[in-house]
Amino acid sequence: MSKNDPYISIERLSKHFDSVVAVDQVNVTINSGEFFSLLGASGCGKTTLLRMLGGFEAPTAGEIYIENEPMSGVPPHRRPTNMVFQNYAIFPHLNVRRNIAYGLRAEKLNAAETARRVGEALELVKLQGFGERRSDELSGGQRQRVALARALIRRPKVLLLDEPLGALDKKLREEMQLELRALQQSLGITFVFVTHDQEEALTLSDRVAVMSQGRILQIATPEEIYQRPVSVEVADFIGQMNFIDARVIGVGNGNAVLDTAALGRIRAPTLSGLAQEGAKIVVAIRPEKLRLSKERPHGTGNAVQGVIKNTAYLGDRRHFYVAVQGCDKPLAVAAQEVQESGSQQFEQESPVWISWADESVIVLDAN
Amino acid sequence: MKNVAYINRPNRPLHLYALIYLAFLYVPVLFLPLFSFNDSIYVAFPFKGFTTTWYEQMLDNKPMHRALMNSVRVASVAALVATMFGIFGAKAVTRYRIRGKKLVVGAIMLPLVIPGIILGVALLILVSRLGIPLSLYTITLGHILISIPFSMATLIARFEGFDKSMEEAATDLGDNAWWTFWRVTFPMVFPGVLASLLLCFTISFDEFIMAFFLAGTESTLPIFIYTQLRFPQKLPGVLALGACILAVSFVVVFFAQWLRRRGLAGASNAGV
Repeated sequence: MSKNDPYISIERLSKHFDSVVAVDQVNVTINSGEFFSLLGASGCGKTTLLRMLGGFEAPTAGEIYIENEPMSGVPPHRRPTNMVFQNYAIFPHLNVRRNIAYGLRAEKLNAAETARRVGEALELVKLQGFGERRSDELSGGQRQRVALARALIRRPKVLLLDEPLGALDKKLREEMQLELRALQQSLGITFVFVTHDQEEALTLSDRVAVMSQGRILQIATPEEIYQRPVSVEVADFIGQMNFIDARVIGVGNGNAVLDTAALGRIRAPTLSGLAQEGAKIVVAIRPEKLRLSKERPHGTGNAVQGVIKNTAYLGDRRHFYVAVQGCDKPLAVAAQEVQESGSQQFEQESPVWISWADESVIVLDAN
Repeated sequence: MKNVAYINRPNRPLHLYALIYLAFLYVPVLFLPLFSFNDSIYVAFPFKGFTTTWYEQMLDNKPMHRALMNSVRVASVAALVATMFGIFGAKAVTRYRIRGKKLVVGAIMLPLVIPGIILGVALLILVSRLGIPLSLYTITLGHILISIPFSMATLIARFEGFDKSMEEAATDLGDNAWWTFWRVTFPMVFPGVLASLLLCFTISFDEFIMAFFLAGTESTLPIFIYTQLRFPQKLPGVLALGACILAVSFVVVFFAQWLRRRGLAGASNAGV
């Protein structure tokens, strides 16, 4: 099977818990060997969707196909999937070795072969020598590795991960992200990864599905999700974004001319059909796409004057919140912190110019 | 005392209260072994002298042995059956979505608050209507009935105490319901199973009212003791027996505690 064949196909899948619609007619195809993330705030249905893939919840409607096999009615122990649970679910009555060997029962291996497989799995997650440890003698990161090894020893075709890094501290989490990605690439297994951490989803995934209220808002590569969100909701959820109300006053040559109260008349590349003349839309610009300067910048018409109301120091960069007339919320502007920033010291309450390029303006539906 | 936290400061009246409470609880019990060595058939001060006669008599008392063995058999079977139902019930109540779950649990727990004498009479009527002869089996049946709520209560706590994603992980790793139960669920609830067995055994072992109603020609130990009390000369023998049961109870309780602690310390050392 080549890398780009649809491997998992989710068709019009819904899950209702009594009157609550957890997953609402979701359609997704996931390719073989893909690192696919389900991203959304808590309660958006991402975990329910994952649990339906694993067979722990039965869909109310719709069907999941894995390698063209319909999965409804197939119990978890007969699916080609394995899961890393959110709390790891390490068996406390078994040591690490027995935890990892748990899934080998059905293969009826002899002792030597079992030991070899467990050794391999321990090596894979860098836990050599930990086989005889009890589960309560492990740190959070080690427990996570045991859960991973235990799921991988069955050589699943699909590995399901339910916020596996959520319980780790930031530094360890970043380390594990890199390891997880390397592991996925070396094994070539399809990973379906649930997370509420957008940074994590963007870092790890080949493709991301952004979910909200049981529906999928956008499925795309991390770059596309970040650069070209399809709706205000997606744009708002991923990273920081400035939103400005606008009206279309002219369309042509792949460009739209927009009228805004805050930025005046601006131009933007249009990608969708919503930029019809007279249409009310929303303009979105990332903070790092805006430039700050004391003097009016030369060579571009895209500039507006404002006053710095607030700053936030973020280590590698600084966010300035600039009040612009006609805009009810101050615009966020990101500036890289550089050593020789002496010439660009911006004081609070000082007047500044904000400038941008046409390409960085994203046009979104007003709803 | 200054460096002791306010709520940890000693309180003399409360100490006194605790002492009186403990004395009230244990002094009467201590009279049992004390008078079992007294060389007189009357339980009264002053002591007449030290003797082991009553223990020697006890060793020869065939009807007492028989009653003791009956009680052990009834209690063992009742504990095993009640605990088995307790496991099934607790798993159902904590793991499945059941319509009217609260009502079902309430119905199962009801024997806890129904007076034993009423249950005893009700069972006696039922059993005699059905034409079942009274025997140790009918006593066992009654004891199972009153033990199940205790077993359920013990095991529900244990089932609720562990994450059901453990069981999901087991099915995810290739086990069907049967294997999941024996490889994960049962080892996880095992301390609760032990606790339930001990509790149900104890309840059955000293149960009198139901046994009194449901006994045939064979009697259990509490009934035997009751009949002995009518003969003053038999009383010291009962005291000796009581002292022995007390000693065994202490050993069992210490053993259970030791098991529990070992279970806590080495939760992951046990085999599959």
